[in-house]
Amino acid sequence: MRRVVARFEIPYRQLLAADGRLVDGSAPVEHPAAALRTRLHAMLRARLFDARAVALQRAGQLGTYASALGQEAVAVGVAAAMADDDVLVPSFREHGAQLWRGVRMRELFLYWGGDERGCDYEGPREDLPVCIPVGSQAPHAAGVALAFQLRGEARAAVCLLGDGATSKGDFYEALNVAGVWRLPVVYVVTNNAWAISVPRRAQSAAETLAQKAIAAGVPGEQVDGNDVLAVEQVVREALARAREGNGPTLVEALTYRLADHTTSDDARRYRDESEIAAHRAEDPIERLRRHLETTGALAADELAAFEAACREEVEREARAYLATPPQPAASIFDSVYARWPEALEAQRIACVARAAPDA
Amino acid sequence: MPEPARAMAVAEAGDATVEPVERTMVEAIRLALGRAMAEDERVLLFGEDVGRNGGVFRATEGLQARFGAARVRDTPLSEAMLVGLAVGLAAQDMRPVAEIQFAGFGYAALDQLANHASRMRNRTRGRIACPMVLRMPYGGGIRAPEHHSESPEALFAHLPGLRVVVPSSPARAYGLLLAAIADPDPVVFLEPKRLYRASKEPVADDGRALPLDRCSTLREGRDVTLVSWGASLVETLAAADRLADEGFEAEVLDVATLKPLDLDAIVASVARSGRCVIVHEAKRSVGVGAEIAAGLAEQALDRLLAPIERVTGWDTIVPFPRLEDHDLPSTPRIVDAARRTLDHV
Ligand SMILES: Cc1ncc(C[n+]2csc(CCOP(=O)(O)OP(=O)(O)O)c2C)c(N)n1
Ligand SMILES: [Mg+2]
Repeated sequence: MRRVVARFEIPYRQLLAADGRLVDGSAPVEHPAAALRTRLHAMLRARLFDARAVALQRAGQLGTYASALGQEAVAVGVAAAMADDDVLVPSFREHGAQLWRGVRMRELFLYWGGDERGCDYEGPREDLPVCIPVGSQAPHAAGVALAFQLRGEARAAVCLLGDGATSKGDFYEALNVAGVWRLPVVYVVTNNAWAISVPRRAQSAAETLAQKAIAAGVPGEQVDGNDVLAVEQVVREALARAREGNGPTLVEALTYRLADHTTSDDARRYRDESEIAAHRAEDPIERLRRHLETTGALAADELAAFEAACREEVEREARAYLATPPQPAASIFDSVYARWPEALEAQRIACVARAAPDA
Repeated sequence: MPEPARAMAVAEAGDATVEPVERTMVEAIRLALGRAMAEDERVLLFGEDVGRNGGVFRATEGLQARFGAARVRDTPLSEAMLVGLAVGLAAQDMRPVAEIQFAGFGYAALDQLANHASRMRNRTRGRIACPMVLRMPYGGGIRAPEHHSESPEALFAHLPGLRVVVPSSPARAYGLLLAAIADPDPVVFLEPKRLYRASKEPVADDGRALPLDRCSTLREGRDVTLVSWGASLVETLAAADRLADEGFEAEVLDVATLKPLDLDAIVASVARSGRCVIVHEAKRSVGVGAEIAAGLAEQALDRLLAPIERVTGWDTIVPFPRLEDHDLPSTPRIVDAARRTLDHV
């Protein structure tokens, strides 16, 4: 006897086509026009921040930086779907989500400028900092979610990670425990087609990354990652399930890394310019702008005015970053333990003595 | 399976007819990898971005084009997997050379190193061995982002069954890497990325391996022994220059092979000088410097004229780039430590 004991499918969602029109069969967008403009602004703001960060790096005023050019819709869509008291567990390319949640640009500049204070967010105090060891943040999100579950709080954790990160054990292990314990967590994979020089198809033989959820008994969905409204909708639904005690979801958002991997990378070594050009046409900001224009929800000069204000903010923040006095040498000891151990005090004294201006 | 023989014809004297060419360390590493692959078809390279991209530091540049994608492979992003993969390949008498992009991401592979690579030979009483090399760019000083400047050599050196090697110049990188690949046991090969392109020296592609259990003396001197490895030797040698200006002769040893440690050479030098400063970028507590100091206490205590000094990274988290210079051993710190040993009465 042989019969099929289980069958699965992976839904794909898109609301806006590349030209900004509603995709056939989509229900009209629920958001009022003002909310849509907020999302457009947030994406533009993220992009302007991003461009400034790259420029600062090129000028030798920032360290290695990972641009999110072209991926703004995932970051903003996810953040827009979250409640303020949810917790974001990011990777390192989701500046747009962090900015939406109140991380300041000067903090992000500081982080990428090589200063620990850039992880001490004034706004979202419970959000975890950027995570550089790829995928290792996935279990943290499960832990945060378990804390919510144990305390009976209607909150959820959202973990952002890349397509490359889905190859790590951390990712599978986190998803697995989240599934078993029905943890209130949403994993969003930003599939930007590349992990440095390794293309998505060399990362996994699976047809979709969303289906990696299936093995963990977790629902998996794909979404057009250049459609901010679709991303928000899918994540909002997943978060609602999570808060109601219906467990985790894995969302795979399909987008594209238009930039080099980081400012230290040269993507021309491994990918064709023509591929990039094709993806430029899917620009998430353009898409929403067109949608708003065709529906009459965006006045002709509105975006320009916002862009001008945003550029001002970026400049102000960049100046604040550049004017931030350096941390004293002693600060390398200050936060290693709650209290620097007496037994190690001689090291601190020796370091500080050498760092003193007259030493 | 028989006891794995030396993988290649590693000429002790090398091929003397090959002319040396000025090369950087990263070029020397690429040269050694190419040589090993050409000589032994069981050698294969794999890791993240090592193929088409030639590695993020270009150590494997051109090797995929030369040897094909079957032998120079991009892996999915998974350090634990790629080290475990090497264990399996080695069990089949292949000669895997795995790359982890930065040593800070090697922590994820500690399980495979500690529980498998290091002990396969012992568990099977030699039936199965683990002739693999794990290459990792390591150390700080290039203003790299968080997690990209770690010096975890002591973690690896603590594990029985592993060899831990850190080259400090292009020529030693070439010879030590050839030796590591030829060695019948697992070798963690830590490449100080600050030195990748820092300087050039003549390197001949002569196939000559260097011994995996010998210090080299970079500079002779009878007043104080400065012991270091990897990138810190730059500051250590500069300190020896400064000491020379003050009229003191410092002997500088490049440990290079941290496990097993060539304690005899260190003891011999310190027995002559009576003074020792150990310099390493890695954190101080339970570092390799402590092992060397213990060895000196055991074997040369009666020859010491001053307490042993250590100049190391502090017991802090590796600082983000802006403050990393406060953590890295600097020339003045080394000079001061040497002076303390010289002033001791
Ligand atoms: C564990 C680990 N291995 C390797 C690296 C080096 N590295 C940084 S980003 C990256 C690729 C990540 O790809 P993906 O998860 O798709 O995220 P993306 O960069 O596309 O945003 C690699 C290999 C790292 N940071 N962490
Ligand atoms: Mg990616």
